[in-house]
Amino acid sequence: MEPAGNRNIAIETRELTRRFGKFVAVDHISFSVKKGEIFGFLGPNGAGKSTTIRMLCGLLKPTSGAGYVNGIDIAREPEAVRQVIGYMSQKFSLYRDLSVIENLRFFGSVYGLRGKRLDDGIDEAFWRVGLDGGARNRITGELSGAIMQRVALACAILHKPAVLFLDEPTSGIDPAARRLFWALIQDLSAEGVTVLVTTHFLDEAEFCQRVGFINSGRLIAIGTPREFKEEILNEDIFELTTGFEHDVLSRLMKIAGVADVSYFGDKLHLFADRGRFTTEFLLSEIQKSGCAGCAVKKIKPRLEDVFVRLAKSQSAAVNNN
Amino acid sequence: MERFIAIVIKEFRQILRDRLSLGMLIIVPALLLVLYGYALSFDVKHIPTAALDEDRTKESREFLEGIFQNPYFTLKAQLNRRSEIDELLMKGKAKVAIVVPRGFSEKINRGESATIQALIDGADSTTGSTVHGYLDLIAARFNRRMVEETFAVRGGAVPLVRVEPRIWFNPNLESSVFLVPGLIAMFLMLSSVIAASLSIVRERERRTMEQIMVSPIRPIELIIGKTVPYILICVLTMVMTLLLGYLLFDVVVRGSYVTLSFATLLFLFASLGQGMIISALTNSQQVALQVATITTLLPSIVLSGLVFPIKNMPQIIQALTLVIIPRHFVTILRGVIIRGAGIDDLWLSFLAMFLIGLVFNLVAIIRMRKLL
Repeated sequence: MEPAGNRNIAIETRELTRRFGKFVAVDHISFSVKKGEIFGFLGPNGAGKSTTIRMLCGLLKPTSGAGYVNGIDIAREPEAVRQVIGYMSQKFSLYRDLSVIENLRFFGSVYGLRGKRLDDGIDEAFWRVGLDGGARNRITGELSGAIMQRVALACAILHKPAVLFLDEPTSGIDPAARRLFWALIQDLSAEGVTVLVTTHFLDEAEFCQRVGFINSGRLIAIGTPREFKEEILNEDIFELTTGFEHDVLSRLMKIAGVADVSYFGDKLHLFADRGRFTTEFLLSEIQKSGCAGCAVKKIKPRLEDVFVRLAKSQSAAVNNN
Repeated sequence: MERFIAIVIKEFRQILRDRLSLGMLIIVPALLLVLYGYALSFDVKHIPTAALDEDRTKESREFLEGIFQNPYFTLKAQLNRRSEIDELLMKGKAKVAIVVPRGFSEKINRGESATIQALIDGADSTTGSTVHGYLDLIAARFNRRMVEETFAVRGGAVPLVRVEPRIWFNPNLESSVFLVPGLIAMFLMLSSVIAASLSIVRERERRTMEQIMVSPIRPIELIIGKTVPYILICVLTMVMTLLLGYLLFDVVVRGSYVTLSFATLLFLFASLGQGMIISALTNSQQVALQVATITTLLPSIVLSGLVFPIKNMPQIIQALTLVIIPRHFVTILRGVIIRGAGIDDLWLSFLAMFLIGLVFNLVAIIRMRKLL
């Protein structure tokens, strides 16, 4: 198989699969990412996000299927792939016993940067991630989590990679630092760097141009955050304010056309086939089922609702098979 | 090449920053050499000795004086009765009691052989047999002098075949001269294998390996790049221990330093290879450290010829020693340092170390490749 001729494609996989013994970690995943796009991989822990990234970086060999990074076959030319990618993993993986500048020097020269080019590259990477000169000579292990994360990003972009793989880059840092980090990613993307990022923070999907939702090794849906909210889940969501009787969930589930009901704070979210209920009709159905004192409001789906539903319906489908 | 140099520089920075490990690599071997050099001595000196002279003649006195003139025996008690011996040995106040029986001088003057009695505390068998040997030697000397004197009195020539025992290479039979080269091999083996075995697994444990693996670094660059700094440090260790051996134990290198350097490099090639295999096969620093210690400490003490002569081992064990790196290094070090031997003499050991090193390093690289 040859990569698609489209020069605007930075990452492409076809039926990419990875097994560990009998366990299928990544199950025939096919997708493509355009140049300069921020593509988010979302899904619960153990869904196969990291395994996919590790295959694309050449850290793991695919069991079957194909993958291309910048048009380079990951199975045939892993060394060529390594030249064009930057990688940053969920656990901080720089040398904690070296200073910040020593880490950057090492990784820079690993990619063949020397002398002035190395110094300039380091200056630029520092500037990009917003680190000031004070951090340069600090021992990396003594930095705060957020600063470390930025140093790691500086290391990953030092050699100006065309494709950046970020494996849970924001786990373990505070919300403000996360926002700042995403701003940096957005800047990079604006300059043409393709970013493939995994996260299990569902709210971070909003920062991605496109999102792939992955669960149990399967890619369930791909789309923009808007498409996810408006099209991908073919259900309406209603917010119910009701007295919580112990059997309220099972009673509501018995109503024809109700796909799922789940607690959401002190309210309930009810998922129903699209267009089946108006608020009034649903309210009357609910009253018929015996739940009294209920208020119903149709709400706009949030990404979290959609993902939870997608994960649930996929597991149900798997179980039915 | 750039990548290789980058790794060497990085490793050096990390080693220099990690004072503890650096100290382990350089100071500990030197310290151990001092400690073991003194403690592991097989020499027996200043043995507490009791003497009982039942004969009380000029000859018996001369004989006993002869014994206490040398540094091996120190007179602890002059006894009067045999019954005293028991208590003395029991209480450990003396390890040896020498009894010159009545009639000693009479027999000698008649030209008959005379016997003396030595009661030796056999609890420490090494000391026991050494004492026995010393006494034999002293008795032989005494005999010879008596014979010479007798002939001299008669005015005749001395028709005796004089067997003068001369021990080569280690004329004073100082065990330290024999031990120091072996100890150097042992400590160098320990520190080099342990250092190398931790080097890659440390990166895996701290997850820095991932960052290396997504970079264009090749396995061979990584392994050699990590090895070079340790080679330099181990050479430094070698120089230090040799210097200490000279200063403290008068161990002089008789052979050429070129041969010695070549042997050391070849040895490090092999031992660091062994360490790299361990590092590539284990998943944590703790396990790596244990495997490294077990596979170096015991073999380099037991199977290297450091303590137990290889010639006395069963055939199978002898064959087994051939794959033990320190065995060959001990042979070379002893040869070069004590005898002044050259490569022409020791080439088999050189070859063996090279082959072992080749196999170890190939396995390490293949294994690393699988990891990448």
